Amino acid sequence: MAQDRMTGSEILVKALVDQGVDVLFGYPGGAVLPIYDAIFQQNQLRHILVRQEGGAVHAAEGYARSTGKVGVVLVTSGPGATNCVTGLTDALMDSIPVVCLTGQVATHLIGNDAFQEADTVGITRPCTKHNYLVKSIEDLARTIHEAFHVAKSGRPGPVVVDLPKDVMTALGSYLPPAKARHRSYNPQVKGDLSRIEQAVDLLANAKKPLIYAGGGVINAGPAASQLLTNLADLTGAPTTLTLMGLGALPASHKNFVGMVGMHGSLEANMCMHDCDVMLCVGARFDDRVTGRLDAFSPGSKKIHIDIDASSINKNIAVDVPIIGDCAYVLEDIIKVWKSRQAKCDGKALASWWDEIEGWRARDSFKYTQSGEVIKPQYALERLNAHLKGRDDVFISTEVGQHQMWAAQFLDFEKPNHWMTSGGLGTMGYGLPAAMGVQVAHPDALCIDVAGEASILMNIQEMATLAQYRLPVKVFILNNRWMGMVRQWQEFFFGGRYSESYMDSLPDFVKLAESFGAVGLRVSDPEKLDDVIAEMIATPSAVIVDVAVDPNENVYPMIPAGAAHNQITMSPDEQAVLDAASTDEGLALV
Amino acid sequence: MIKSEQRKATIAVLVDNEPGVLARVIGLFSGRGYNIDSLTVSEVDAAAHLSRITIVTSGTEMVITQIKAQLQRLVPVHRTSDLTVEGPYVERELALVKVSSSGETRVEALRIADIFRARAVDSTINSFVFEITGSLEKISAFVDLMRPLGLVDVSRTGVVAISRGPDPI
Repeated sequence: MAQDRMTGSEILVKALVDQGVDVLFGYPGGAVLPIYDAIFQQNQLRHILVRQEGGAVHAAEGYARSTGKVGVVLVTSGPGATNCVTGLTDALMDSIPVVCLTGQVATHLIGNDAFQEADTVGITRPCTKHNYLVKSIEDLARTIHEAFHVAKSGRPGPVVVDLPKDVMTALGSYLPPAKARHRSYNPQVKGDLSRIEQAVDLLANAKKPLIYAGGGVINAGPAASQLLTNLADLTGAPTTLTLMGLGALPASHKNFVGMVGMHGSLEANMCMHDCDVMLCVGARFDDRVTGRLDAFSPGSKKIHIDIDASSINKNIAVDVPIIGDCAYVLEDIIKVWKSRQAKCDGKALASWWDEIEGWRARDSFKYTQSGEVIKPQYALERLNAHLKGRDDVFISTEVGQHQMWAAQFLDFEKPNHWMTSGGLGTMGYGLPAAMGVQVAHPDALCIDVAGEASILMNIQEMATLAQYRLPVKVFILNNRWMGMVRQWQEFFFGGRYSESYMDSLPDFVKLAESFGAVGLRVSDPEKLDDVIAEMIATPSAVIVDVAVDPNENVYPMIPAGAAHNQITMSPDEQAVLDAASTDEGLALV
Repeated sequence: MIKSEQRKATIAVLVDNEPGVLARVIGLFSGRGYNIDSLTVSEVDAAAHLSRITIVTSGTEMVITQIKAQLQRLVPVHRTSDLTVEGPYVERELALVKVSSSGETRVEALRIADIFRARAVDSTINSFVFEITGSLEKISAFVDLMRPLGLVDVSRTGVVAISRGPDPI
């Protein structure tokens, strides 16, 4: 009897192993010393020591998004836990499955303002899908298993488990993962069949159909992306993807009309505006996608597939809501479509595609590379050319102009190869996320497309790259500005560039070298290709400092609060921008 | 298609009786900017660790549907039901009303309490505590009548509600 008693820390390690965890991203501290001691005495879990807890959460997000598994974080109480708040909020907004284990002071000290005590469950309640405080050793194993179930099932998200120090040293018994249904939490995965039939009716009778897919398709697993591709083939419908959905349909697919939204392609946004039937799959009508709500796709019947009932009718009223997992619902739609031998109206579809080709011909991402300064778009176009044909490339980004250009100019042929902070827009996400991806895929080419401002927000993780010999490539588009802030100040605030200039930048080449990485710099367009090739060929971590045109803006752009057809294509269209931007729009983010 | 008129809704929520569950519900309302007109909570099944929360809120049809969906998304929530639209239901509130007066006003307070079927549950030579149950409107009317008769304090429970007929919720 006595021998199957284990300490809380041992139970925790066993539960993690039974949940299929192979790596933790973490940082030790007083409250988690017993857990770190248990980790020291085993070899099934690998621990990656980050340099700040925020980096651990983003690394776990990168790991999760590139593998489809749950990312796991281990941090100490108080500041360890509060440093995780941004990453947890990021994972909540982008539906990334993460389990974050936080140390806590001993149960008898909770509420006494003990050293490094914080009300972690209170602080993280609004930024997690669910959280737990384990007050008794008898609840420990069950709670850990439940945390993984909640994090990965339904609409995935972050879960915090707060672990008081005395519970980690207490003795108790282990319980293996249970098969039993959860008492209250049982997300619906199969869609309602009558609604699915309605959806097929609408799609089959559409003259101007559009498929609009998002991150939910990625979360539903690679099979969902394959089914989405099959449905695009079957229906012939143009398909657009959100920022979070890139890769759900191969970029080279003939039906792909580019990314939708504020900086999406003209053809994607015009399709959104003009379509007569919209099939929204695993996307949530975010304000970056919809623009002005009362002018959003005015003539369309809308079908919305989402696993989260609260996403339905939140921003946009839809005609056919289908609650369920994208993979299950897409499979059923295809089944019904085939069994009815449904066909789209070929003539209508052909003239719809003619319209789309007209928009496409305007080449809304166009820019001119001339002179001696590298255009940021050119840098990414060249990077894309170097990556073509490889299927072992993972891209992460920070947040801002470079992120939008990366979304516009890099091609994603497969899901799970693109990590970006979409919902929360967290600067500093990309480097630790790439680190997490590289840990999961040691031989892959992991590139963080960064800006010189964002990269400084989690630059300390360069040391983590050095310690674990993670050959992440950081590709900085250095325009010496917080580019997106500068762009908005130029467009909407009379060119008053308040605090957006990046003064006193470090020497990124020396910075790289000081962290044991290789630093490269390029400012001559002629030499860009060589530098990219050198970056890819370098076996270690690399920082590439690409000096780009500081004045370049992201186009096209739908100003906040404007409609899709009020899209601004280029600097020559300032008048369109002025007309489309309203006082109400400026009050929006 | 979107109805923009505001309406009241009485929502019954069956939850696991675990620490923090009320904070989750209240945090949801404050975080997303929903109204709480009244909220009551108590354990209803000790063996099954179930509590019942009754929330009276108001909003457009779209907002009320959102509130229901957001509540249902919380892990410890078993069931939510908008009693206002899901068939007939009974709604009650209890209040304790303290009145201090003497002479004719004291007798008048007692007389009105009798009309409202309020019971005196505490009495001193110059005060009463009345217990009254009923609809929100009835209790508000009673409290208004007590105001000129020496009203000192009111303690109200908030609304509890249950559907009519043999089925649960």
